[in-house]
Amino acid sequence: MDKTVNQKAWFLVLPVLVLVAFSAVIPLMTVVNYSFQDTFGQNVFFWAGFEWFEQVLASERIRDALGRQILFSAIILAIEVPLGILVALCMPRKGIWVSVCLVLMALPLLIPWNVVGTIWQVFARVDIGLLGRTLSELGIDYNYTQDALDAWITIIVMDVWHWTSLVALLAYAGLVSIPSAYYQAAKIDQASRWKVFRYIELPKMQGVLLIAILLRFMDSFMIYTEPFVLTGGGPGNATTFLSIDLVKTAIGQFDLGPAAAFSLIYFLVILLISWVFYTVMVNLDKKEGV
Amino acid sequence: MTLVLDNVSKVVDGRTHIYPTSLTLEKGTMNVLLGPTLAGKTSLMRLMAGLDKPATGRIVWNGEDVTDRRVQDRNVAMVYQQFVNYPTLSVWENIASPLKVARRPRAEIDAAVKKTAALMKLDGLLDRKPLELSGGQQQRCALARALVKDAGLVLLDEPLANLDYKLREELRAEIPRIFEESGAIFVYATTEPEEALLLGGNTATLWEGRVTQFGRTPDVYRRPADAVTARVFSDPPMNFLKIAKAGDRLLFGEGQSVPALGALGALKDGRYLAGFRPNHLELEPPHPGCLAFPAVLSETEITGSETYVHIDHGGERWVGLVHGVRALEHGRALTVHVDPAHVYVFEEDGALAAPASYALAA
Amino acid sequence: MARIHLSNLAHSYSGTPRSEADYALKRLDLVWDDGSAYALLGPSGCGKTTLLNIISGLIIPSEGQILFGEEDVTQLPTAARNIAQVFQFPVVYDTMTVRENLAFPLVNRGADRDYVRRRVEQIADMIGMADVLDRAARRLTADAKQKISLGRGMVREDVNAILFDEPLTVIDPHMKWELRTQLKALHREFGHTMIYVTHDQTEALTFADKVVVMYDGQVVQTGTPAELFERPAHTFVGYFIGSPGMNVIPARVEGTSAHVEGVEIPLDASYPALSGKVEIGVRPEFLTLSKDGPGLPVRVRRIEDVGRHRIVRLEFFGREINVVVPEGRPVSQEMNRVVFDPARVGVYVEDRLVEGRMLQGRAA
Repeated sequence: MDKTVNQKAWFLVLPVLVLVAFSAVIPLMTVVNYSFQDTFGQNVFFWAGFEWFEQVLASERIRDALGRQILFSAIILAIEVPLGILVALCMPRKGIWVSVCLVLMALPLLIPWNVVGTIWQVFARVDIGLLGRTLSELGIDYNYTQDALDAWITIIVMDVWHWTSLVALLAYAGLVSIPSAYYQAAKIDQASRWKVFRYIELPKMQGVLLIAILLRFMDSFMIYTEPFVLTGGGPGNATTFLSIDLVKTAIGQFDLGPAAAFSLIYFLVILLISWVFYTVMVNLDKKEGV
Repeated sequence: MTLVLDNVSKVVDGRTHIYPTSLTLEKGTMNVLLGPTLAGKTSLMRLMAGLDKPATGRIVWNGEDVTDRRVQDRNVAMVYQQFVNYPTLSVWENIASPLKVARRPRAEIDAAVKKTAALMKLDGLLDRKPLELSGGQQQRCALARALVKDAGLVLLDEPLANLDYKLREELRAEIPRIFEESGAIFVYATTEPEEALLLGGNTATLWEGRVTQFGRTPDVYRRPADAVTARVFSDPPMNFLKIAKAGDRLLFGEGQSVPALGALGALKDGRYLAGFRPNHLELEPPHPGCLAFPAVLSETEITGSETYVHIDHGGERWVGLVHGVRALEHGRALTVHVDPAHVYVFEEDGALAAPASYALAA
Repeated sequence: MARIHLSNLAHSYSGTPRSEADYALKRLDLVWDDGSAYALLGPSGCGKTTLLNIISGLIIPSEGQILFGEEDVTQLPTAARNIAQVFQFPVVYDTMTVRENLAFPLVNRGADRDYVRRRVEQIADMIGMADVLDRAARRLTADAKQKISLGRGMVREDVNAILFDEPLTVIDPHMKWELRTQLKALHREFGHTMIYVTHDQTEALTFADKVVVMYDGQVVQTGTPAELFERPAHTFVGYFIGSPGMNVIPARVEGTSAHVEGVEIPLDASYPALSGKVEIGVRPEFLTLSKDGPGLPVRVRRIEDVGRHRIVRLEFFGREINVVVPEGRPVSQEMNRVVFDPARVGVYVEDRLVEGRMLQGRAA
């Protein structure tokens, strides 16, 4: 509300601008540069126009990867958001168990991505892994290195294990900020547990859930390390998501032009979907308000 | 020491928060900013403090233009509605903090802290943490921190609003005493007319971003410059009715008229707005020359020694505050009386045409 | 609807209370008549919120019973007690319209749709929100939201009581008037038992038929606003009600007079020999000032002009006492004598009012 016109404050932003320029804008422009040119090494470049973009968009392999990616993110969100909310609802609101719960929940978040991949790689191995061995002992035909469905299930379970606590912690933060008067009023109004959730808890969690969904979407859409460590994109191309495919193109085949065009499209897709998510949810919020 | 606001205004995103305002605050005065929420009290204070820069105009401190000077470089202290203290520091450290920042010698700090703490009745509590104190004590601590700075300008933004009724009453009685000892310019924002009257000094009434009047508090109360000021400075609000002047008489409708005495005699014939305060509404005529109005009782509220009567007079809602406990039947018709000496007359556009004659005598 | 009886109630937050001091709420026995408006008045920390929570069922008292009519509800949860509550901060269901908010308690109890519609419209009329029934609740101002909470409390015809927990805290001063009078009108219209918790004497006195004053976990007096003003049963009531509060002066009382610093003050009743902490209390409204007139010597410290009266701060044998002088009566810095109205002087022993033997026909 209280704003004054004073341009001096812009100088304070300068260091950040410089930092962002070096960390984001300049690398991005390099990529843009590559995406429109061809090179045979020795810093000799030829103008390629939109050729790489056309090639990328036409590529069946990349389209398949995109399809897998969207499916993966959709499944992840569909599991982690409700599960996270459920966990948050079950967490205690006061007492010593609060901190115990919070620490336990935070643990998976503190493990580096590649370690998560490795843990699950070992955990799910049919010969020595606790999970893989148990399953095969039980007579279930499970092998994530051979069977595409098993590989998917393993990656999804791994991601859910790794990231649900993030959603839960955010949802929990939203829940504890609800004044007790609301619960008391609901009791007096004889609202059922479901109605308390629907009309008090869910509306009050809306803000943090929006953040949780955005974060989980962007992260899952860019997932690389864990499936790379766990399955390497296999079996076949069954778990080759966009970023794995991108790395294969860029480093495996050293096709810098198509890789650059690919990453730009990738970047724009994430930006677009995030923006759609955001506006839809903010509008939803407004519509309810009028 | 004087603080002069010379035609200052404040505009945010094309909306005017403060219309051009000029005020002169003298050294050693208590200045109350009185107005409802969003009238512009806080905006005006932020301009005075230097937290915001005015869109137009100048701010002059002791003859020196300080419009562009930062708040840190001005000698200002501020107390807010919320109790703002450093939670991890003791009361002593809280009060000492402005002096530590100013790098005063330790002995001087200790003496100043002890003196201010004694003034604010915090003597025995210097080792406590703010959260171990009651609400009243927390706000005393915040006040002490503002006072210890020896600032030339002390801004208090509804400092008692979050306190219990009785604590508010106690601190309210103490603040004028503390202020008298400090000699600084005090500016005190409040929404309550009674608080302004208790604090005394000067009052500026605010309404929708304008200062409608500035003067000695009892003068503003007794001789409001216009109907808006009268409304702002009356709780419960002033009662109004339409009247007319013809020849040497004031016509109050229903065939009632009184002679236009004193300043009223000089008014041109035409239509006016009459106003009187709730405490001047009577259920029995105090003397024969009083105006009488028919009304319907809509509600009574008993305060112990007095009764608020809410009535309806020809569609106008009036409130009266009468002595004694009156258990009156809801919905009954009654006649209320007003001494003409208590009636203010305003022009139709709201400007004061003539003050109530009792106010001239007071 | 029913009479509410708090029978031999006491509450301690510690599991094993050892002394009086461990009780947040000391033993009390209170009856709330059906259909009356009560206020529960006291400073923060006096136990009034604890008492309210016990009535609403949020806290189960460590001792005693709560009876609604003849039914013992001590162990019943909030939802089973059929009460309504309006909180300090307005509680509305954000995603619902005003209509849905008002209908919520009825819908949850499976009421008939036609009845719900009629009842909601009736309530909306009463609280003056009929024209915004289909607006979303979240965009409304604080006072409008508080009206919705109030309406939601009223919508059930069978509630035993409506509890108010400092409901005007976040309401602007000029809106308080409107809400308060509306509340009174609603009470008259529907006749619910209402219990209003506040620290604000004006709110308590203007709202209630009967005010229960609490101090330090105890009920110190229950009475009409006039009784609390005229005959405070405890020095705390004298201090807490009235602005400024009652003047309380240590004195020695003997027969029909009190002695303060060797000066005699006449009383209108005769008292036996009193021991312990003896004080006299008189409200600032019942003192009369004069210059060189009869009475006791005082010095004027400050005169505060409050518009409709003036508060004169006096020095009286080294302590401060206050006098309220009505508008129109003269007052000046030179005034040096004060007279106590004998009929208005109360005698207090250990903070409690003691009744003397009337000299001549004083109203009890």
